Amino acid sequence: MKYVDEFRDPEKARTLLREIEDLTASIVAARGRPLQIMEVCGGHTHSIFKYGISNMLPVEIELVHGPGCPVCVLPMGRVDDCVALAETPGVIFTTFGDAMRVPGSRKSLLQAKADGADIRMVYSPLDALKLARENPDREVIFFGLGFETTMPSTAFTVLQAEADGTRNFSLFCNHITIIPTIKAILDSPEMHIDAFLGPGHVSMVIGMKPYDFIARRYKRPMVVAGFEPLDVLHSVWMVLKQMAEGRCEIENQYGRVAPYEGNAAALAAVTRVFELREFFEWRGLGSIDHSGVQMREAYGAYDAERKFAVPSLKVADPAACQCGDVLKGLIKPHQCRVFGTACTPEKPLGALMVSSEGACAAYYQYGDLEGLRGAATAA
Amino acid sequence: MTSIIPMKRDAGNLGLMPKPGPRRRIGDGVHVPKVTLAHGGGGKAMRDLIDDVFISVFDNPMLTPLEDQARMSLADLARHGDRLAFTSDSFVVDPLEFPGGDIGKLAVCGTVNDLAVGGARPLYLSCCVIIEEGVDVAFLRKIARSMAQTAAAAGVAIVTGDTKVVNRGCCDKLFINTAGVGVIGAGLDLGADRAEPGDVILVNGLLGDHGAAILCARGDLALDAVIESDCAALNGLIEALLTRCPEVKFIRDATRGGLATVVNEIADASRVGVALDEAAIPLREDVKGFCEILGLDPLYLANEGKIVVVAPAAAAGRALAALASHPLGRDAAIIGRVTEGPAGRVAMQTHFGGKRIVDMLVGEQLPRIC
Repeated sequence: MKYVDEFRDPEKARTLLREIEDLTASIVAARGRPLQIMEVCGGHTHSIFKYGISNMLPVEIELVHGPGCPVCVLPMGRVDDCVALAETPGVIFTTFGDAMRVPGSRKSLLQAKADGADIRMVYSPLDALKLARENPDREVIFFGLGFETTMPSTAFTVLQAEADGTRNFSLFCNHITIIPTIKAILDSPEMHIDAFLGPGHVSMVIGMKPYDFIARRYKRPMVVAGFEPLDVLHSVWMVLKQMAEGRCEIENQYGRVAPYEGNAAALAAVTRVFELREFFEWRGLGSIDHSGVQMREAYGAYDAERKFAVPSLKVADPAACQCGDVLKGLIKPHQCRVFGTACTPEKPLGALMVSSEGACAAYYQYGDLEGLRGAATAA
Repeated sequence: MTSIIPMKRDAGNLGLMPKPGPRRRIGDGVHVPKVTLAHGGGGKAMRDLIDDVFISVFDNPMLTPLEDQARMSLADLARHGDRLAFTSDSFVVDPLEFPGGDIGKLAVCGTVNDLAVGGARPLYLSCCVIIEEGVDVAFLRKIARSMAQTAAAAGVAIVTGDTKVVNRGCCDKLFINTAGVGVIGAGLDLGADRAEPGDVILVNGLLGDHGAAILCARGDLALDAVIESDCAALNGLIEALLTRCPEVKFIRDATRGGLATVVNEIADASRVGVALDEAAIPLREDVKGFCEILGLDPLYLANEGKIVVVAPAAAAGRALAALASHPLGRDAAIIGRVTEGPAGRVAMQTHFGGKRIVDMLVGEQLPRIC
């Protein structure tokens, strides 16, 4: 913890904040409008709420909480597929804890478990593989989800299963990729986002280069950021510095973990096991081309979609939901017409209310930040 | 109820010693290694199990005839105060044994604490066990011994109980229910609705140990950390606190849902706000690290030996000193204060310098994936 505490030093935060205030004042004076900075990753959203970072920043900076929560953006149809797989006789369905509460059109995995499906929470895909070895007469399915961050561990687990001849293990692959999604947001006509904080753990795998188009084509600065509160503040400062100096670059704040070129071994495993899907459906954002991966034919024996009958029905997002508008920064979570009424963490309607990394759930749980900010100003 | 357990030996210290009844003939013990459905059948096998496993370790010369209820003198009870406190709790912890305790110790401490936090002096407990067939008799003996030792240390008597054996798969090895009776001293009136702006909020020590210990002990995290549960009977600590600081307004043990839940309950019941100071909240380095790795919030982790106390600001120093001078309160701290509001809202000044809301949890904390 000593190591972590260095990244939470309130004294350093105060110094950074003073500089952030000065930079913001000069940028906003020149532009005449407030700034929107999108943190792409749910991990950042979580840190921002947990440490109360939003209300430390100048009011002219609005943090827009992006689509980087893989649990949140999982479409209802895929949850229904999970439930169908989990309810298949003889199956042990394994999943990360987060995904248990995501609502499907009929039920969540948590409800399916209560109804008798054998669903087990695991902390790593290797735990699922171990279960498969311990239960040779059962079919163990691992629910793989997440961005490039979690893709390598899933790929290595499939390779491990192949190497040791575990045949009763398969993967229900819902891994998604970040780049096409950022591009889809940038292409959206109503979008006003001025700069991005990039997901540090994704860059740990893919490096910096894939983001180049954001600076080159779309002329937006991006800083790949770590997840400690000082990382976030430091990254905001770096973004502002670029804007103040009229630069537009992809910078790396998270160099202690994310190398420029990414991780070659991880990328090789991912490429060996997975290939791009033509398109993938996102809750709140709709279908985005090449935004998901599936297992290559060679690993078909480990692909739950090939091994079992998966309904694969498309289920439309609830019409009242405005998740897409929140994700693009057009409205804030509490401005959604169903926020806190039809859509709450107990009974989430929209994607962003589901996981603690979702912007709406964070707003709901960690509170009315506007009110807090007002109170802080009044005091 | 088939009463199984008569008064314990030092019940006399409480002024509650029942008249000695005719000594019961103790059965000749259980000679099979595992509990079977026969042990729940109401016949000799059941009586042997009860005698061997429970009666023997409660080891009480005051064995009364097997009545279906424990009997206590109202006059004796009235010597301790003017109101009876009555509570009940069930224990289904998995695993049954963990660093710092086991289900037996937990079952006694939990009910003792539920009485003590209301200002009651805990006196009598019941012990009802539901056993899955196939459980080792030796293991049951160990749990019963743990209950007996914990009860003796806390100065309470286990006076009645019940035993059931169910088919394999109908319960998870062993469930225990304990109910408890205590007496509240005259003049004491603790309540969650009594907090007022200006009051301070204290805890008696490091938070989250029990929750972290149980998750570690389940062994599916592949973490090396050994974190001990804080499971403890707190009646001694609470008595010391109320003696030195009778102005205390409210005490609650921060069990399931942790500190965050209790503080929200205070804010709700008293229609006040609460401001917590993250830097002042005592947490063990191991627990902090454990929560970091799993993406859990220690404020929501369960405790089994921690209380949250509301005291008037003028008595804050005395309350803190009273807690800190007891072995179970060495790391006590003032962690926040009651504010005007908004009513029901708990805000926390983060150590980092920000401010956030601390709400009730919706369900269980689920680890984040990345």
